[in-house]
Amino acid sequence: MATIITITSGKGGVGKTTTSASIASGLALRGFKTAVIDFDVGLRNLDLIMGCERRVVYDFVNVIQGDANLHQALIKDKNTDNLFVLPASQTRDKDALTEEGVEKILKELEHQGFDYIVCDSPAGIEHGAVMALTFADEAIVVTNPEVSSVRDSDRILGIIQSKSRRAIEGREPVKEHLLVTRYSPKRAHEGEMLTYTDIQELLRIPLLGVIPESEAVLHASNQGVPAIHQKDTPVADAYLDAIGRFLGETHPLRFVDHEKPGLLKRLFGGK
Amino acid sequence: MSWLSHIFGEKKATASVAKERLQLIIARERVGLSGPDFLPDLQKDLVAVISKYVKINPEDIKVGLEKQGNFEVIEVNIVLPEMR
Repeated sequence: MATIITITSGKGGVGKTTTSASIASGLALRGFKTAVIDFDVGLRNLDLIMGCERRVVYDFVNVIQGDANLHQALIKDKNTDNLFVLPASQTRDKDALTEEGVEKILKELEHQGFDYIVCDSPAGIEHGAVMALTFADEAIVVTNPEVSSVRDSDRILGIIQSKSRRAIEGREPVKEHLLVTRYSPKRAHEGEMLTYTDIQELLRIPLLGVIPESEAVLHASNQGVPAIHQKDTPVADAYLDAIGRFLGETHPLRFVDHEKPGLLKRLFGGK
Repeated sequence: MSWLSHIFGEKKATASVAKERLQLIIARERVGLSGPDFLPDLQKDLVAVISKYVKINPEDIKVGLEKQGNFEVIEVNIVLPEMR
């Protein structure tokens, strides 16, 4: 059985694609055969974040419409074994994603022995976002510590609870996880930013992890290498911990407490 | 003391304001999404019941939804006419 994980948020720019790339890579690093699919038809970016943009020949819509088969469209990731990328179409419009088409491709991936299928949702609550969550078994809701992101996350949770197949068919509900990204322990400590516990209290879903705000994310996207590969950075470690928790392990939260910098560090700077 | 806080760069702790605002708006939107919004009907019924006993204007009854901690509270405000 393949598990379908949807990475979603409602709001744009909160780190869905960064998270999709790192979660998919993390699962593959653990030995699971993983596919990551870009649902953002017309505005594809997962290929850039994964660093495979020059290897895109066929896309998701080509496969749905029968112009190519899945084998031709899946791009093998260069950083991680067991990982394959299915890019979105850049030229078609969102309606090209039909429910039957998406379902057929997910079934086919399952037949090919994939353990996890990660769906990178577009922003918004329109057709593309709904298609990305329709078949979800689990959902990772990516939220920034900021009012509009929290409200939109709550909205998208409502949509998962009403429009997913699991909800419509009355099966066991989609398992929801909260991933707080772009978190600044210092600003939260000083009362300038919602804390991760505030966000969890507001959204009332289990916390999968807290990813700190970091320059490493921009370095990662600049190079087209998922952030989880930025060795020994807090961001990579926080994603690795989140993967562990997703797989049922217990890891204490790291990088969430603010340590006051010492006098020397304050005088001489340094990061 | 404002010049002191200016010099020492005191920062505003606005996160608690954000949390309060979110608690209210999220509670309201959840009710709106999870079924028909019954507040207007409730208000109409309350007006009908109370009018049986006291003469009031429909606008004198206000029904709202509040969130306090983990509880959602329906708040009903009834303004009785002044006694002569």
